[in-house]
Amino acid sequence: MAATVQAGRRPLRLAPNYWLFVLPALIVVLAVIVFPWAFTIWMSGNEWTLGSPRSFVGFANYLRLWADPRFWESLGHTLWYTLLSVVMPLILGTLAALIFDARFPWRGFLRGIFVMPMMATPVAIALVWTMMFHPQLGVLNYLLSLVGIPAQEWIFNPSTVIPSLVAVETWQWTPLVMLIVLGGLASLPRDPYESAEIDGANGWQKFYHLTLPMIAPFIMVAAIIRSIDALKSFDIIYAMTQGGPGTASETINIYLYNTAFAYYDIGYSSAMAIIFFVIIVALSLILLMLRQRLQWSEAEGK
Amino acid sequence: MTSRTITRRDFLAGAAGLGAAGVIGARPAFSAEVDWKKFSGQTLEVNLVKSPRSDTILKYLSEFEEMTGIKVNAEATPEQQQRQKTVIELSSGKPSFDVVHLSYHVQKRQFEKGGWLADIGGFLKDPSLTEAANTEGDFADAGLAYAKNADGTLHSLPFSVDYWIIYWNKDLFQAKGLDYPATFDDLVKAAEALTDKDAGTFGFVARGLKNANVPVWTSLLLGFDKYTVENGTLQTETPEAVEAAALYKRLMTTSAPPGVAGFNWAESQSAFLQGKIGMWLDGVGFAPPLEDPNKSRVVGKVGYGIMPKGPKAHASGTFGDGIGVTAASEKKEAAYLFCQWAVSPVMGARLLQAGAGVPFRKSVLGDEKVRSGVTMPGQWVDAVAGSGDISRLALPVIVPVTEFRDTFGVALTNLISGGDPAAELKKATEAFKPVLEKSEKA
Repeated sequence: MAATVQAGRRPLRLAPNYWLFVLPALIVVLAVIVFPWAFTIWMSGNEWTLGSPRSFVGFANYLRLWADPRFWESLGHTLWYTLLSVVMPLILGTLAALIFDARFPWRGFLRGIFVMPMMATPVAIALVWTMMFHPQLGVLNYLLSLVGIPAQEWIFNPSTVIPSLVAVETWQWTPLVMLIVLGGLASLPRDPYESAEIDGANGWQKFYHLTLPMIAPFIMVAAIIRSIDALKSFDIIYAMTQGGPGTASETINIYLYNTAFAYYDIGYSSAMAIIFFVIIVALSLILLMLRQRLQWSEAEGK
Repeated sequence: MTSRTITRRDFLAGAAGLGAAGVIGARPAFSAEVDWKKFSGQTLEVNLVKSPRSDTILKYLSEFEEMTGIKVNAEATPEQQQRQKTVIELSSGKPSFDVVHLSYHVQKRQFEKGGWLADIGGFLKDPSLTEAANTEGDFADAGLAYAKNADGTLHSLPFSVDYWIIYWNKDLFQAKGLDYPATFDDLVKAAEALTDKDAGTFGFVARGLKNANVPVWTSLLLGFDKYTVENGTLQTETPEAVEAAALYKRLMTTSAPPGVAGFNWAESQSAFLQGKIGMWLDGVGFAPPLEDPNKSRVVGKVGYGIMPKGPKAHASGTFGDGIGVTAASEKKEAAYLFCQWAVSPVMGARLLQAGAGVPFRKSVLGDEKVRSGVTMPGQWVDAVAGSGDISRLALPVIVPVTEFRDTFGVALTNLISGGDPAAELKKATEAFKPVLEKSEKA
């Protein structure tokens, strides 16, 4: 600031220069966000496998991505996995929130128990579930056998692997949705219900016409959080199946990881990371737009 | 319970170690001609793969430090993470370690092309650095083939070898009046005869999980006298390859437990431990838990069989790890001393006796005193020695081994869910061909 005073010869009282204070934050942002980004983009323009020389190839990696069936397949898996692991916790979590919103003895204690899966480490959960899913030794098939259902292959069969993984994801993340929706339920006003009761509405009508529309914004928030989480999901899949059997549960994250750290194909994996980032941003924008649209129409309707 | 087992094993290993060294004080374990103290005061960084092999090294590390005065900072990380870390650091040109532990069957060609390991051939011939007994000739051929580059220079010391054998359940065989199979045909017949799906008994188990399953197929392929890559060309569409894949499919669909498509060695092992599996084809190093009463229902009932004879050859798939000095290290001699100690007869005996691994050195395997101290059954040692005689490399020596295993692993997994061997192999070969060509061109 002393410099500004000297340079201008008269003090600039109205426009003091604060750039020095912004600098530390700017440096951090440049170093940990902008630089890795720029570097990834640069890498994606190179043919670069660790251990062999690097050469600039322009958009070749992106073209290769376009023609790579394994990439498209993994994109499909990612979207399917995400859809299931958003919808399932949303339904079950809302249901759980409605149950835990009612008054009954031991409610606080049971809520605490219900939230516990969320607190566990994903990899530890994955290992426990892998054992439970074991076709011969797992407890799940034993339980099924008690009620006469034949043994399932769970994560060991290409056609059931994604739903089975989603079951684990659902088990872990339903409590989060429950907490968010429960918060919403607690904030609901009493009066609409009273007038509905006077009008003779039954339980289902009250839920469908009053509760659901009023907690919809909370469910939307839960949906956005879950979508972002599910898209990024890596730990549970990697620890349980590593993308298998075959490539039946290989999401983009897993394929990306393999390309970078098992095949050491840095250029190609960088291109994949960029495309994946674009997809995530696009999906987030769609969700945000959806949220805005919903609230807007809601406001208009009232 | 566990600690008691370890203590007992410690005692046996320790006692046997002394046995290998002769009676206390009578004959030193390490040759006095080598000036072990020459590099006293240096500090080495050692990067190991976490495994029973590296556990053995870490356990006796202080002995090396006392003998040489060299301080060792050793780090052992799980296989996959260690591979990532070492490759990234080595390709940066400034690795943080002097000694590196590598999986030959995955990394050999990659390390060779990268020029990441120092040529230690000169050290091996230098009597002030190397014990007289430590010669090239003392290492098994497969190990030397791995340790040497294409131009014949030596870049690592073969540390531990893994042969593929068949673990078989003697009780189940006896119940059906069967003998251990001598040929591939017998193998299939026995596997199918042992299978009783209603009773939950299955004749055969092996890895079905993508990537992990490739050695099962290549082990069978060796019996057809074929390698997956010969003279730089893929042999994965040949009639032999298709036949081996068909054999894999038959074993894994008619005689293996449901869900085998997702089995790695760990799932196969736990299935075998329950006593409901007739035969399990996998590496020789997975044996110790089978004889541990705390983990196994088949203690004392396990037979250890050499791979049956194929239609054209009798071969045992061989894998291994080595230990070498990085080209960038500034303490190559000290690092070499460490490598030499790690593959020394004393350490090799400890490895073998604990069932933690099998040394590449013939002098260790052939030593009666060492053999008598082995905690595993005699049949296991016989299987190891017998496999050594027919050992062949079971994975191609190329850079993209992991991609090879992934691509063909998917094909094999598809076979289990009904795919056609010829069609699946054709698809995988087409997908992998450009990858291989690119890697060799670069």
